[in-house]
This record gives sequence, structure tokens and C-alpha cells, in this order.
Amino acid sequence: MKNRLLWPVLALVALLVLNVVVTPSFFSLRLQDGHLYGSVIDILRNGAPTLLIALGMTLVIATRGIDLSVGAVAAIAGAVTCTYIASGGDPWIGMGIALLLCAVLGLWNGFLVSVLGIQPIIATLVLMTAGRGIAMLITEGQIITVDSPTYREVGAGFLVLPIAILISLAVLGLVALVTRRTALGLLIESVGVNPSASRLAGVKSRTIIWTVYVFAAVCAGIAGLMISSNVSAADANSAGLWIEMDAILAVVIGGTSLAGGRYSLTGTLLGALIIQTLTTTVYTVGIAPEITLVFKAIVVIAVCLMQAPIRIRVRQGVPA
Amino acid sequence: MTPPAKPAGTSGGFGQVVSKVPSRFLPVIATFVVFVATFGVGSARYEGFASGQVMANLFIDNAFLIVLAVGMTFVILTGGIDLSVGSVVALSTMIAAAALQAGWPAWLVVIVVLAAGSGLGLAMGWVIHRFGVQPFIVTLAGMFLARGLCFVISVESVSIKNPTFRDLATGSIELPGGVTITYGVVIALVVVIAAMYVLHLTRFGRTVYAVGGSESSARLMGLSTTRVKIGVYVISGFCSALGGLLFSLYMLSGYSLHAVGMELDAIAAVVVGGSLLSGGVGFVIGSVVGVLVLGTIQTLISFEGTLSSWWTKIVIGALLLAFIALQRIIVRKT
Amino acid sequence: MTEPVVDMRGISVEFPGVKALQEVDFRLFPGEVHALMGENGAGKSTLIKALTGVHPLAAGEIRYAGESVSFGGPAQAQAAGISTVYQEVNLCVNLTVAENILLGREPRKFGRIDGKAMRARAAELLARIGLHIDPGSVLESHPIAVQQLVAIARAVAVDARVLVLDEPTSSLDADEVAELFRIIRVLRDEGVAVLFVSHFLEQVYEISDRMTVLRNGRLVGEYATATFSRIDLVSAMLGREMGVLEEIERRSGTPGDPLLVAEGLGRKGSVAPFDLEIRSGEVVGLAGLLGSGRTEVARLLFGADKADSGRVLVDGKPVHLRGPRSAIEVGVAFCSEDRKAEGVVADLTVRDNLILAMQAARGWARPVPRKLADELVAKYMEMLDIRPANPEAIVGNLSGGNQQKVLLARWLVTEPKLLILDEPTRGIDVGAKAQIQKLVADLATEGMAVLFISAELEEVVRIADRVVVMRDRQKVAELDGEVGVDDVMALIAGGGDVNEIEAVAS
Repeated sequence: MKNRLLWPVLALVALLVLNVVVTPSFFSLRLQDGHLYGSVIDILRNGAPTLLIALGMTLVIATRGIDLSVGAVAAIAGAVTCTYIASGGDPWIGMGIALLLCAVLGLWNGFLVSVLGIQPIIATLVLMTAGRGIAMLITEGQIITVDSPTYREVGAGFLVLPIAILISLAVLGLVALVTRRTALGLLIESVGVNPSASRLAGVKSRTIIWTVYVFAAVCAGIAGLMISSNVSAADANSAGLWIEMDAILAVVIGGTSLAGGRYSLTGTLLGALIIQTLTTTVYTVGIAPEITLVFKAIVVIAVCLMQAPIRIRVRQGVPA
Repeated sequence: MTPPAKPAGTSGGFGQVVSKVPSRFLPVIATFVVFVATFGVGSARYEGFASGQVMANLFIDNAFLIVLAVGMTFVILTGGIDLSVGSVVALSTMIAAAALQAGWPAWLVVIVVLAAGSGLGLAMGWVIHRFGVQPFIVTLAGMFLARGLCFVISVESVSIKNPTFRDLATGSIELPGGVTITYGVVIALVVVIAAMYVLHLTRFGRTVYAVGGSESSARLMGLSTTRVKIGVYVISGFCSALGGLLFSLYMLSGYSLHAVGMELDAIAAVVVGGSLLSGGVGFVIGSVVGVLVLGTIQTLISFEGTLSSWWTKIVIGALLLAFIALQRIIVRKT
Repeated sequence: MTEPVVDMRGISVEFPGVKALQEVDFRLFPGEVHALMGENGAGKSTLIKALTGVHPLAAGEIRYAGESVSFGGPAQAQAAGISTVYQEVNLCVNLTVAENILLGREPRKFGRIDGKAMRARAAELLARIGLHIDPGSVLESHPIAVQQLVAIARAVAVDARVLVLDEPTSSLDADEVAELFRIIRVLRDEGVAVLFVSHFLEQVYEISDRMTVLRNGRLVGEYATATFSRIDLVSAMLGREMGVLEEIERRSGTPGDPLLVAEGLGRKGSVAPFDLEIRSGEVVGLAGLLGSGRTEVARLLFGADKADSGRVLVDGKPVHLRGPRSAIEVGVAFCSEDRKAEGVVADLTVRDNLILAMQAARGWARPVPRKLADELVAKYMEMLDIRPANPEAIVGNLSGGNQQKVLLARWLVTEPKLLILDEPTRGIDVGAKAQIQKLVADLATEGMAVLFISAELEEVVRIADRVVVMRDRQKVAELDGEVGVDDVMALIAGGGDVNEIEAVAS
């Protein structure tokens, strides 16, 4: 466990140190109108949706799966809520409907994977492609702006800390609690490590797999609400674009293997923080923000290579 | 228990010659049927749809995607995936535009772009093979890297004013019947034919199928799996770079935000074209028809006018689902 | 006799912590079919892999065609003329028959593959072994048996001097085996040396000229098939391990009511329909060679495989076994012989592994309370002497014996009525073995029914109240009361009319 988190922790610390060197005031916080501001707060707030989605993704990946559709699901959640509010509905009901719909989409993914036995990467590719279309169908291709203070609170509001941070930390706490206090964590890992042994031990892997896809979709839904609430608008085209990739990266950087099995929520938290801090660092160091991607690529490869056992067999085994 | 030994030659159930349509052709046939059906619907509904030029435009507007899908087919046939293709297209347009702006000769630009794409593919293939990291993650990193490098070159769109490129872009070839096509289409078709040749008539190509069918068996058969596993990413990188050049002809500009999400179109075309994402099954021609199906749907929706563009995505999603389901049924039957 | 084409002398192969082969000699002559015999872990496949260069030698020498050789892998061995056909068809089913035969050495014209020439050449090779199928057809469209024969066609396409057939018949029916044997004879008569591995004694006696028997990584002997009786072969394979067993105290009380009754249970291609009754407080031993159907019986009773005939009654009520869960619900537990793939969840802790079955039965929302889990873990770690005595240890790091104990404990916490143990004592140290044997006896005394599968007849006979004997995927006998190892061995060896032997045994 400790070993697995060593590299992510070092990477994060290195990034933070770099930031302090460049901007000595990096860790300073200030309280203004009862709201806490500062670079660290910004990182946390901007990273909140990625963290949320990565949490759901962690459990999916632990069962040897992957969910490519989360970005599209996030866009659908924003689209549904904003369309509902724009037509004069209550924001709370709108958000409720959106999350319910997300749960249904999760059921759909889970059905394809656990019942029909389709490879997760293809099964969720369907919704990844069609999902954006559905979101645009809901918004009729428009960017729908809403003027609802209640809704705005979700992504942009403060309760001393930004509410988005509180929500994602709450979900993190909830997942940690649920997976540790119930047997969900054990059964997820068991299915991911050894599916056939789990079957013989009587584990209902179908239910477990179904559960994690629904959970991932609901997490994506909440993240979608945050993203759209932050700008008080639903943009079906670009909301949550590529967030599934960031989430998968956060999970992988956090030491959970794409091959499934043991997972680490702490690792995922670290992974999400690394990705967000990296973005901020590039900005504070004075490099054009668009180039972040290059650094992201380097970090991914570096972390993966640190964790990957070199395939010795390939070298000394069968001559090529 | 001991069965009576049979005389040689009358080999009971063994001698039957299977003479039905092999199930591996079914998805490709299905793709073709879907293409004919969508095109038929268009022809029935709209005047002027069933013209040679509409058909030619399908190729003109999708030449780059055809090239990408060909490269992607190689990768998917081995059971891998390449998420970097869209970004490599953007990077290629960017390199081309920037180099041309700096006054490099067109031929050198073409060589540099193709080398860059192939080089990136080689690097990704090497990491995938040598370190056993999943192709998904490695090519995702490649996708970020290529897109990031675009921004390093320029954040703004750079237009292409080089006369050679302009001539190539605007030049057209007249076919009998008054139908015109671009040079891009010719290049795409050459790539398709070359790919079919390599896949079906060379040892490398057959090894691609073998690796996708069973990598361990292929290795036990003494085939050069390493070369193939890395090679397909080089081919995909090369095709992405070539697709990028075609795209730069099509847009006459280099831009970091070109071809966002095009890897998904390429993957969708390959899957709709009847290839299995788990590898070993599929044809280049299927992927080409897959691209044409996607293109026809787009054309149909634009002809319809009242139908909005998002229906394209929903229909593609539904098509993906249908083909995945079809593959499942075929796999279960055999 | 002519010179041997393969001559292996003093071969030793070692894996970390295991001596897989110790000073084994093996000779193979041209124009003979040579059977390599032995139980699980005897070292058959290790010997084959040592020959083809998959495993490096710790000691010994391999001479091939009179010269000392050391192959770098199967590809090199094949190039030299030693071809191997494995149990699982190692071909690419998505390619055509012709490609599978000639892949890597296709006839080429101007650098491109000459499809026509390739199909012609493939047809030639197929004709050589008398297989008349379309070389252009996809391999997938043919049954496994034909795929197996295509693999042989590929193997002999390189002018093989040695053909290694590693359990080629395990998934074939009688007609298909006959076809395979016809082809083997053709090749033998052409002077090819055939090394044949099979678990079916009938087949071995039908096809082989000589045989070499291995046991626990050592050579037992080399014999001429014609003069080596089945009984001798079985006893050479199974051996006699005396003195391992502690004296097990077995009450000779009357077993309870029938707990599980199987009527005509069977599965095509796996095990012929059989009847079986297991009573509470009784240990039923299941004896037979590897591949005799002993494991398949256990899997059917547990619902791990679906039966296609017959029915199962538990406590007199019919049970529909849709899968392991429905068996678990009526109190059946099963420890697979494949500890690694189907037993332990290697990356999880001892505690997690121990409560897994109990937890699975409760569902994820009702976790086993921490206190109860701790109590159970403590209880069974002590009772089974699991070491290290650390509930947080990762199971993958434990020794085989301790992993087996964890598996046993996983089921014991669920308090099953019937415990099915498939080779629970294979590959574990002597101490752990004795502990597990004693545990089984104690459990039965307390009223649990146990179905005990083992390749070691001594063990089965000592532990079981009743012994069921399997041969060639059929239940051939059921022996009550004082059962002697020799009786069981005679039944396993078969070789005559089944009824006759049953009459002798009873």
C-alpha cells in the first residue's frame, strides 16, 4: 500500500514545492466575506469534478472495467437541469431528475457489461458517442443559460469553502465509508482480482458490476451539475469534454491498475490533485496553459513506467 | 471402448467441406447493406441525392477519415487501440502550416510530417510492448502529447498559403460522367489498396491477424510478434500523419483544435465496419464502408435540414450498439 | 535397436523453491510412439518444455540426432524438427486452415504471399495425413478435433522428426480419437518419433510402443507397453506413500440420512451420467486418474458446470443447480483443485479471503460484523494452524499448504452440510497434509458430509468410508467397507469388462 502511493505523493510534493518557489505566497489563504480564497482552494475547486468522476471510475476500474461515457453523462446532467430550470422548474427537482436519469444511464452501461458481457470499453463507447447527441437533443443544440441562485450555489457557492469542494469531499468520505463499512469494497476487489474464484465463492459479480456503473454515472451526474452550475449554463458540446480521460489518468496515477483488483481512493484523490496542480503550476510558472497537455503526457508515462514491471519474459523468452 | 479402426480415406465427419458463407464476412456484408440502405433512403427522399457527385463528395469530405480508419484497423486487428490519431492529425496540420509559413519546400514538409507521425507511433508501440502498459493509457498520453505540442507551435490557427499545397487542395480530377474528385481522394484510395495488399498478401499482414487471434499461439508458431505489435502503431501513426496532411489540404490551415474527437470517429468507423475490438477479425474494406456509412448519415441529416446535427451522434451510437450486438450473436453461435 | 533420435540424460529442472524434475532420463526412438505417463505434478509437461527449450536445465544433457543441443525456445526446436501440439489448440482460429498450417513459411511470389500455391501446399499436407477439408476455410468453422489435426498437419509440415502430442485427445470423442490414431500410425510408419501424453489408459495401450513413467519429478522407469500390465502402470504412476498418514481415528458409526443424491447426472463431453449418494457424517472418496472425470463430478455437484442430464436432490428435495450460488444456498461447498485460478483471491488478505464466501452469501449491504469476523478468523487460524498467524497477511504470499487451509476455512465458516474437496492435499508439505486429513476425519465425525478427491489412493482409502472409482469419464464402481488400495487400482486400470471387475471387487 505505502509503496504504491510513494510516487504519486512525491510527484505532488514536487509540484507543490515548485509552486512555492515560483510564488512564495502559494499556500497563503485569505478570508473575505466569510469565503476562503487562495491558490490551494482554487486547485481543489477546479479539481472537484475530476475527483468526483475519478471516484466512480476507481470502483469501475477495480472490477476490471472502464467507463468512457462519464463525460457525456455529465453533459446530459447539466443539460437536463438547465433545460428544466429554464422552463420555470424548481432547481432541486431539476437536479433530482438529472441524477435519476444518470442512474438510468449507469444501469444501461451495467446491463451491457454485466448481463450481455460486452467488453466495458466498447459498451461505454456507445454512450460516449450517443450521449453528447442526447445532451444536444435536450438543449436543442443551444447553450442554455439559467438564472437560478440556488443552482449557482452547487458549483460556485461558498460555505466558507467552495461548495463544490465540500460536495466532492463528502462523496469521497461517503464512498470510503460505504466501501469500508459495508462489504462492497471487499467484493469489488475480489471480483477484480479473481473473477472465477469469486464466482465459486458465491459472489454475485453481476450485481457488484452493475452497482459500480450506476455509481460512476451518478458521480458523473453530480460533476456535470457542478460544471454547469459554475457557469450557470449547459453547454452540451463542451461540458465535461475529455473529463473521462482525466479521471482515468487520476485513477491510474493513484496506483489502481487498469487490470483491476485492489484500488486506492486516497491514490485517486492524489491523482486528481496532481492533475489539477499540474495545470495550475504550468500557469503560475508562466508557460502557456495550453501546453499543460505536454506535461500531463510526461507525468502519465513517467508514473506508468515507475509502476510497470518490465516484461523480462519478452526479452529472454521466445526469440522474435 | 476401443473404436474399430477405420480404413484410411473414409474419414467420417472430417471430410465435410464447409461451403456456407463464412460468418466472418457477415459483419462486413451487414455494413455494406447498411450503407446501401442509408444511401437508398437518401435517394428515395431527396432529388439529386443519388448522383455520382454526392457519392464522390462522400469520398472528398471523408478522405482523411478513411486514411485514419485504415491505420486504426491495423491497430484494432491486433487487439490494441490508438487514441492519439485525432491529436496527431492536428499536430500534422500544425507542423505543415508552420513549416510552410517558415518557407520550407512542400516535399520536405510532407516528409517531416510523415516522419513525425510514424516516430510518435513507434515510440508508443515500443512503450506498449516493452513495458507492458495498456495501449489505452499509452496512446492517451500520446494524444495529450500531440495536442500539447500543437499549442507549443502556435495557439492560433495558421493558414496555408504555399502554392503547391493550394494547387493540390483545389485541383480536381474529372471522372467520366462529369464527376470530380480531389487528389486527396486518390491518395486515400491508394492507401486503402496498399493496406489491403499488406494485410492480405504479406507475411506482416497475416501476422497482424494471427496476433489478434491469439498472441501466444502466434508466438509459439514462431512469428515475429514484436515487430507486428510495434509496427501497427507505426502504421497508425503514419496514417494519422497522412490523414493530417489531407486534412490540412481540406482546411488549408493548421490549428491546434482541428480534429478534436476524430479518434472516436475512426474507432466508430472500424467497429461499424465489422471489426472486433478484441482483435483478429475485420477488413480494411469494412472500415472504408464504415466511414462511408458515417458520411452518408451526415449527408442525410444535412439534406433533411429540419433534423439537427446531434442526431448524427445518436445514430452513430445506435449503429455501434447494433454492430456490437451483431458480433455478440455471431460469436455465441460459433 | 537403432540410435535414439532424442536422448535426455540426468535432466533436472528447478523453479524457485521447487525441484520440478530430478535426474530424469528419457529416450525416444525413430518410428515409435512413446507414451509419457504420470499424475499432476509428475513433471510430464516440464520434461516436454525442457526438451523444447522453454525451461532451462539445472543439470543434464539433451542429445538430438546424436548431437548435444540446447534450444532457445519452441520456435528453434521446431526449426530443428521437434514439433509440439498442445492440449489447447495453439493455432489462430480466425485464420484459414491453409494459413494455420503454413503461417511463417508461406510460399511467396515477388514478395507477396502466393495464396494459390499456399492452398495447394496445404492440401498436399492435409492429404498426407488423410484429412479432407477445404484449406481455404476458416479454422473456427471446424470442430476442435479437426483443429487438433490441423495443428498436427502444421507440426509435420516442417518435416518433423519428432512430434510431441501433449494430451491431444482430452477433448475428442471415440471416432475422432480413432482418426487421430490413424494419422499417428501413418507418421510413425514414415519414421517420425511420436511422444504421446494422455490420461486415458485405453488409448495409451492402443497406440504406444513404449512408455516412460514419471512421479513427483522423478523417473519411475521405462517400459515396453506389450509386457507392462495396467496394474503395474497404475501403481507406477500413483506409487505408494506409506507412513505419511497419522493414524486417523475413524468412528465406525452408521452414517446419517442421505444428504445429497445425484440421479443420472451428466454432461456431454465431460462426464457420463452417474448416480451418487452422499450421507451426513460420511466421507466419500473419489478415485481415478487425472482426466477420469473426478473433477467434473465435483463441478457438476456444485453447479460450477451445468449438467445437461439428471437431477440433484438435497435433503430429499430436488435442487435446480443454476450456478455455484444455488449449491451454496443448500449447504454445498467446493474447494477447486486449481487453488491459484479458482481458489484464493491472491491480492487480498487472509481475513478477506476467509470471510469471502460468508460475505458473498450475505450480500454487500450486510457486512460480516468486525467482531464476528475477528472471532472467526482467530478461531480458524488456530484450528487449522494457518501461518503466519497474521490476518492481514496477503494470501498470495502464503505457502501452498497455508493457502489451502485458508480456502478450507473460507468454507468452514459457512458451516456447509457437504464439503467437496478436489485434491486438497496436492502440492503441499507433509505436515499440512496430515493436518488437513485429520480435519476431514473430524468434520465427518461432527456430522458433515465430505466428498474427497485425491490422486493418492492411500489417502483416499484411509480417509473415506466409501470409495467411488472413475475411469474414462465414467463412474465404474463403488466400494464399501474395508477397501484395499489394490482393489481400487485394479478398477482404475480397467482393461477388461467393467462388470467383471465390479463383480470381483464386491
